[in-house]
Amino acid sequence: MIVELGHFALILALAVAMIQSIVPLVGAERRNAAWMAVGDPAAVAQFLLIGFSFAALTYAFVVSDFSLSLVVGNSHTLKPMLYKISGVWGNHEGSLLLWVLILALFGACAVWFGQNLPPQLKARVLAVQGMIGVAFLLFMLLTSNPFLRLEIPPLDGQDLNPLLQDPGLAFHPPFLYLGYVGLSMSFSFAVAALIEGRVDAAWGRWVRPWTLAAWVFLTIGIALGSWWAYYELGWGGFWFWDPVENASFMPWLLAAALLHSAIVVEKRESLKAWTILLAILAFGFSLIGTFIVRSGVITSVHAFANDPDRGVFILLILGVFMGGALTLFAARAGSMEAKGVFGTVSRESALVANNILLAVSAFVVFFGTIWPLVAELVFDRKLSVGEPFFNAAFSPFVVALAMILPFGAMMPWKRGDVGRALRPLWPVALLSISLGALVWAMQTGRSALGPVGVILGIWVVGGALVDLWTRTGRGALSGRFARLARLPRADWGKAVSHGGLGVTIFAVSAMLAWKTEDIRVVPVGGSYALGAYEVTLVDVREVAGPNYQSTMAEMRVTRDGDEVVTLFPEKRIYPVAGMPTTEAAIDYGFLRDIYLVIGDPQENGGWAVRSYIEPFANWLWAGCLLMALGGLLSLTDRRYRVAAGARREPVAAGVPAE
Amino acid sequence: MRGLVLALMLAVALPVAGPVLAVQPDEMLADPALEARARALSKGLRCLVCRTENIDDSDAQLARDLRLLVRERLVAGDTDEEAVAFLVDRYGEYVLLNPPATGANILLWIAGPAMLLAGAGIAFVTFRRRGTAAADGLNAEEAARVAEIMKE
Repeated sequence: MIVELGHFALILALAVAMIQSIVPLVGAERRNAAWMAVGDPAAVAQFLLIGFSFAALTYAFVVSDFSLSLVVGNSHTLKPMLYKISGVWGNHEGSLLLWVLILALFGACAVWFGQNLPPQLKARVLAVQGMIGVAFLLFMLLTSNPFLRLEIPPLDGQDLNPLLQDPGLAFHPPFLYLGYVGLSMSFSFAVAALIEGRVDAAWGRWVRPWTLAAWVFLTIGIALGSWWAYYELGWGGFWFWDPVENASFMPWLLAAALLHSAIVVEKRESLKAWTILLAILAFGFSLIGTFIVRSGVITSVHAFANDPDRGVFILLILGVFMGGALTLFAARAGSMEAKGVFGTVSRESALVANNILLAVSAFVVFFGTIWPLVAELVFDRKLSVGEPFFNAAFSPFVVALAMILPFGAMMPWKRGDVGRALRPLWPVALLSISLGALVWAMQTGRSALGPVGVILGIWVVGGALVDLWTRTGRGALSGRFARLARLPRADWGKAVSHGGLGVTIFAVSAMLAWKTEDIRVVPVGGSYALGAYEVTLVDVREVAGPNYQSTMAEMRVTRDGDEVVTLFPEKRIYPVAGMPTTEAAIDYGFLRDIYLVIGDPQENGGWAVRSYIEPFANWLWAGCLLMALGGLLSLTDRRYRVAAGARREPVAAGVPAE
Repeated sequence: MRGLVLALMLAVALPVAGPVLAVQPDEMLADPALEARARALSKGLRCLVCRTENIDDSDAQLARDLRLLVRERLVAGDTDEEAVAFLVDRYGEYVLLNPPATGANILLWIAGPAMLLAGAGIAFVTFRRRGTAAADGLNAEEAARVAEIMKE
């Protein structure tokens, strides 16, 4: 019964979304306040209905209702409760339900936090948001309905893919979706602004928090996914340039560009058309990401679904929204006169450089991702584009970005001077280059990657610190420290995020350059040297888990005779899904992770063992968290709470640009 | 070609029982220099039945076969290029994770730099023009207004 109610609520949500996408839009066109006001209750109602529907599906998973075909395919009575719940979105249909739930949540948030938006703009934003809702609710109900019943329910389910039975992956999709779907708000604001025909500083200020929130969620989501790959897949890698990873990375890059260009709109009323275009493209890439993941057109490790009907439907959604928005853009972009002018050397042009680098790097990733498809369709060449290409083609952009970041961040608006901007940065530049040289000298014969990472990391982190410090002005140290604490949260957010990027760049190059690997056969009781450590395979035994069988090794790690840690790497078999997984055992450390994997028994009685020392692995996740934290700090800046509604002139006086 | 790959996928993907965890100790060559070369080559070769995984990381049986094949060629005295060419001969360029910059692939490789140059060029021209337009100073109306203010 509850399941039927959930199904019914979903259909009702579709009806509400249709009303939400038409009535407020017409109302805004006719300046009819009553019609415009329909958007608010509709958005909230849509959220509540989808929320109920989601709760109903969750209930079905929790009580293992095997009359639902989705529950049969993705759950099992023996599965731990956490994975029964995360199983709701660990599949195609359920993850789409989560997608529309978050979409509706953002729509409702626009109502709750958008009290001071001009009613016309809000009505249009909600209408566009409603249209996206209609498209995806239709998609769900027509091709991927999670509420399909089975006539003859089986006694037990087929279990969730064991790789997905993991806390990291339980929370990876929700965060990623919060990010993907959060960009729909930027998109809705962009389209609403195009319909309205005006973009001003206030618009920049309204659209920025949404983009920032989406970007923060994307950052956390991508980091969680990368962390999961690191500890679960068992070879110590953290990023594979897999199409699905790229699908989440492209919107992240564009959202980062959009964040920065929206600053220029907000502060200087320049780059308006470009910012609108970026907002459209960022959401477009979210849709492309959804398409890549959901259609399985570019096969990859993550594709749950491989159904051409669904692919075509998403392509249709993509075509309608991108085609519509870009047509509108072509028609209206010309009317967006830039107000602020700026010199060749200025904060604005530094942000333009940032935008070009981020946007082009996103394009490079996109091109590499779809190239196998293009080559096969157009040139009849069956080829692969993998890690070596992306490393070679993408890294230069990161290097360039990191090099200009500290300059750009300190450059004054309008017109700057390279010499003056560089002056406080000299010590940082010297420090980074000399430490890089030192590292280069110490690691003779290895690749330049490590030293370059050190130089860029210190340069970016140091630059962020100097930037923050110079904001405290001049005078006595105590006064400057006092002012440091009183700086706007946005300044802190900027420094923390930029610092996080520096830490991430350093950690990525350190992990790629200085990883230690060892593969060998070890008899039970035998030991071997791993870097400065000695590892002993104490025992291997069979252990029964709740819904799996495990082969668990006990491995003692010592250093100079002192015990460091005892680790228990496992190899698991999930009999229901018939799938094995490796569970690496990791000793997380500040400077290094010790990463042990137990393999197969060998003919001579030993066990295959893989061991890694991953230098600075935790710095990678810490860097990502810092980036997200910086975003959160900026989000709590008081200018978003206080003067957010203050447009320079009353809206009624605004003249549409047609 | 596509038929071959598909046939391979069916033939190899089905009998895989348990994972053969990436590079196995018994595959490794005694000569560390040769082994290092084999590892480096493996990173750039695609496991044909996997998604975008290289044979060095892959658990599939086929990846193991390819790893052994690479090592066989190296032991037989092949240079790196010859060993790779041998695999490309057998499995097509699909096996290469790093698409060679030949023919249409040149498009792929120059797309990034070309976009970057185009973007930088467009930005430079746009803002240069806008900048000089502004530097020309005030239009007549503004000039009159300034003059008025100065008088006051």
